[in-house]
Amino acid sequence: MTPSLTWVPRLTLAALVLPVGAGLWGVIAPLLGLVQINGADPTEAIDDLFAWPGLTRASLLSVTTGIGATVLALAIVVLILCQLHGTRALGWLRRLLSPLLSVPHAAAAFGLAFLIAPSGWVARLFSPWATGWDHPPDILILNDPWGMALTLGLAIKEAPFLLLMSLAALGQVRADQSIYIARALGHSGSGAWLKTVFPAVYRQIRLPVYVVLAYSMTVVDVAMILGPTRPTTLSVQILRWMSDPDLAYRLQGAAGALLQLGLVLGALGLWWVAERLVARLGKRWVEGGSRSLHLNRLRPLARGVGAVTALAVLLGLMGLFVWALAGQWRYPDAWPQQLSLRSWQRFAPQITDPLLETAVIALISTMIALALCIGSLEAESRHNLRPTTRAMALLYLPLLIPQIAFLPGLQVLLLQAGLTSGRWVVILSHLVFVLPYVFLSLSDPWRAWDTRYGTVARALGTSPNGVLLRVRLPMLLTPVLTAAAVGCAVSVGQYLPTLLAGGGRVATITTEAVALSSGGNRRAIGVYGVAQTLAALIPFAIALGLPRLIHRNRRALIPERS
Amino acid sequence: MKRLTAALAASLLATTAFAQPDPTDWDSVLDEARGQTVYWNAWGGSTTTNDFIAWVGDRMAEEYGVTLEHVKLTDTADAVARVLAEQQAGTNEGGAIDIIWINGENFASMKRQDLLFGPFAEALPNWQYVDTEGKTVQTDFTIPTEGYESPWAMAQVVFMYDTADIDAPLPSMNAILEWSKAHPGRFTYPQPPDFLGATFLKQALLDLVEDPAPLMEPATPETFTKVSAPVWDFLEELTPNLWRKGETYPQSGPQQIQLLNDDEIDLAISFSPGEASTAISNFELPDTVRTFVLDKGTLGNASYLAIPYNANAAAGAMVVANFILSPEAQAHGLDPLNLGYGTVLDMDKLSDDQKAAFDAIDLGIATLTPAELGTALPEPHPSWMEMLETEWTARYGVQ
Amino acid sequence: MTTGLTLKSLRIFRDQSLLVALDTTVQAGEVLSIMGPSGAGKSTLLAALTGTLAPAFRQEGHVILNGRDVTTLPTEHRRIGILFQDDLLFPHLSVGQNLAFGLAKGGTRTERRAKIETSLADVGLEGFHDRDPATLSGGQKARVALMRMLLSAPEALLLDEAFSGLDPALREQIRALVFTRARTLNLPVVMVTHDPADAEAAGGPILKIG
Repeated sequence: MTPSLTWVPRLTLAALVLPVGAGLWGVIAPLLGLVQINGADPTEAIDDLFAWPGLTRASLLSVTTGIGATVLALAIVVLILCQLHGTRALGWLRRLLSPLLSVPHAAAAFGLAFLIAPSGWVARLFSPWATGWDHPPDILILNDPWGMALTLGLAIKEAPFLLLMSLAALGQVRADQSIYIARALGHSGSGAWLKTVFPAVYRQIRLPVYVVLAYSMTVVDVAMILGPTRPTTLSVQILRWMSDPDLAYRLQGAAGALLQLGLVLGALGLWWVAERLVARLGKRWVEGGSRSLHLNRLRPLARGVGAVTALAVLLGLMGLFVWALAGQWRYPDAWPQQLSLRSWQRFAPQITDPLLETAVIALISTMIALALCIGSLEAESRHNLRPTTRAMALLYLPLLIPQIAFLPGLQVLLLQAGLTSGRWVVILSHLVFVLPYVFLSLSDPWRAWDTRYGTVARALGTSPNGVLLRVRLPMLLTPVLTAAAVGCAVSVGQYLPTLLAGGGRVATITTEAVALSSGGNRRAIGVYGVAQTLAALIPFAIALGLPRLIHRNRRALIPERS
Repeated sequence: MKRLTAALAASLLATTAFAQPDPTDWDSVLDEARGQTVYWNAWGGSTTTNDFIAWVGDRMAEEYGVTLEHVKLTDTADAVARVLAEQQAGTNEGGAIDIIWINGENFASMKRQDLLFGPFAEALPNWQYVDTEGKTVQTDFTIPTEGYESPWAMAQVVFMYDTADIDAPLPSMNAILEWSKAHPGRFTYPQPPDFLGATFLKQALLDLVEDPAPLMEPATPETFTKVSAPVWDFLEELTPNLWRKGETYPQSGPQQIQLLNDDEIDLAISFSPGEASTAISNFELPDTVRTFVLDKGTLGNASYLAIPYNANAAAGAMVVANFILSPEAQAHGLDPLNLGYGTVLDMDKLSDDQKAAFDAIDLGIATLTPAELGTALPEPHPSWMEMLETEWTARYGVQ
Repeated sequence: MTTGLTLKSLRIFRDQSLLVALDTTVQAGEVLSIMGPSGAGKSTLLAALTGTLAPAFRQEGHVILNGRDVTTLPTEHRRIGILFQDDLLFPHLSVGQNLAFGLAKGGTRTERRAKIETSLADVGLEGFHDRDPATLSGGQKARVALMRMLLSAPEALLLDEAFSGLDPALREQIRALVFTRARTLNLPVVMVTHDPADAEAAGGPILKIG
């Protein structure tokens, strides 16, 4: 008999659910008085939280920036897809997706900040000859109290993620046929997309949209760079309380974390209601029978929005790159007075260790995640298990529960259990976030594999394990490597889990970059940002290149240029 | 696995056998330190201090066989919180942090909660060179250090200004206010409770009060309201003329330097007389920047190193603290090409050779001479800073 | 010893309802054609014979191959080969490697290589050893798939609409090749098809189900 694999999915779910549950417990228990934190009174902590003068505004900012960024990102994606379906412009955007996604959030935020600041790159290009600004104008663009810069930055960074998810979903919904038929009935192309394709696509990308919403509401690093300062968003303030030397503030932070969790759940509920409303309005629109011919006029706008979104990230990154090579570079010079390798020489020795640490953590956590995912998926096909919707929702749990809500609790519990923090704890905490992404990226191609290959191989005398190792995995090399690259990119980008689980001792390129970002030295941020992006990009390059090398004479397996 | 167990056993042995190294028996401290890894938790936002710590690490490895790891913090309070969490979890040995760059509030908090190892500072061999007479190195924000922290650098408030935009130094806080009114949007300060931002408030307090005597005593709500009133009048007038009209503030000192370099502002506060020169040599500021101090003098204090009570490598940490007090390290740190921090040593206690190393340093075009810097004003009691921060946050920190 | 493939009171249920019931023996060298509308359970029957029945189905009775009861054996130990409508050549392996995958264990490298070259020559594909299967024509792929299966020395052969994907001229040619080979090797064959011409060409008994 084949060895049973049914325990693998259970282990996988445990690796996801236990840390999140334990972390939430670590936050809630002290507030209920079940765990004593010396000298801190739970009721007082909650009173103090509500007495903090910025609470209402910080909470409101979390909600408005989070929902705003999600709506904007989704709008960008829908606009691009409905207008550019099947055009060459969309092909271009699709090719840019991997690099766009692998730019870490903090680096993207910095790049954007340098682009749009009054003394930023765009202003420098046009000053003073066109604008007459001898000095940068005193205009509030970054860190505005309404969180607009933060909303914009998040939307620009999240849109590629939603676009990727939508493109994957498009492959499953027979979009071309639907549009063909709708156009034959006299609908405009974009109207056809909105009416026939979008509902099916949205059903598929719904959970990713929720993830974007939860993430945008609670992000810390981007909010520190682009977000408002008087007060900050709630998550940033929670992090400050959580790291205050006075323990009473920790409890206050825990109370804040619970409030944040409540806000996220509330916003998700609000979104859910809005979905229904939009669906009803949409149905009425579809039933109205209008052919929406005017909609096609939006095409130039879609091109523009697509280009601006991609350029904002890529030019920002280029800005970082130039800063990393800059000598003196003042406003209004559009280019540094001199280029020098000095910053690289200065930071390169400090960067090698964190880079190695980053690589080790990313590789090990990704390997574990891959093993668990492949084991679970293989168990699914061998034992004909169908994942329940509940299990799938659990997969999204670590992505929906804000990091700031459960990671501090996890840190407290780890300490109380006497577990020394260090690389292994960091790896396990990364696993919580790497696993879902690896699973989501691998499961579709895995399930789409024609199982008759397996039947043929077994009829030829191969055991199930032989089929897995000699047929299925080699045939799925590209999706497996892509999933691994996604996993590595996720691991590279983790800031809070590394900081909290590592007890500050585990220095990755990202913790170093964010620590430097509190300083604001653009050259250092440039060097670290470029290194961070490369660390996330190289696995994608390998995922794209290795199958070409291994399968160079196997036309059916060479990945399409993407 | 076997290696891991062995390492674990070794570290357990190390902590139980030598739980409390004795600084008066320096040779055994040196013996114990050899082979230890010291985790130095220090703010990682400044590349020059990072470089300096890396240099110390190299020297420690060469000279004492101590491996120094810089744990880069975004906020010193993170380290304090970590030690607290360990104490709470009962991790009374083998803690994650061996030495912390600290002062003021964080030191007061750790000392109050018995989170510190020591006393050790005044037993360090290089303590003999420390200027205990002329510099405030034995009180930290009026709190006696009692040997629980060892000084490593002197800091004094200076203002950096761009001579391309400002003709002459401004002699007082009121002069800064008048200049700001004439040039709105060209000055700002880091947002309290950032350390440098809070320092700006204290500097304003010291410069605007008639009589600084109450500042040396703990603040009460009554004395605070009375004594600090001029500060709030000053800020009422200043804020609308700040950069971005005070709608937002830079979040740290280096961010403020970036603004100065981007020509977004012309004037900025610094807590390090040599910072401007160092920044100029790193292309981080234009070479038109100079510094000045106020006529009534500016705030000065020392930065310290403290060792948590549960440090895993207390011996190694003391060796680090001692090395940083050495004339070699102090001269290295004074050089604006490296760090540009003031020394805590007394030049009269040094040999001629040692002194020559200090004299050879070019302080840089933007650095004031010790005579120009004048006497540093002592820090007020920490309660003043706390209350200033709270009041500022209530008035300006949230909309 | 009885030779051939015996389906002894074989009954397949979906949930509780009976889907297929068969009680027959396919003699060595004989082709049993099974015809019926889609959904009648033709492919399910083949899955029962290969041992890859989905858990939604339940099976009773026995499958006996050349006197061995293979009913509970895992697929890889049954020695029942199968060809599908698609060639299902492993795209990551060359033509020769595909054949080597099928070739039963044993023999030196040279011997194995010789066997593979011989079988390639047998079907007119000399020199195709290192070719990428993706570059082959439909007929060439079908022949490689057949040889790959035969190299695994099966004792019975299942055909699941194996010729449906080929155009008419090629179809006749491949069909003749498969039946000739099966007859030469004296294999019992079960063929599922919806094309009466297939059944006619097979010349054996025809069973209509559903």
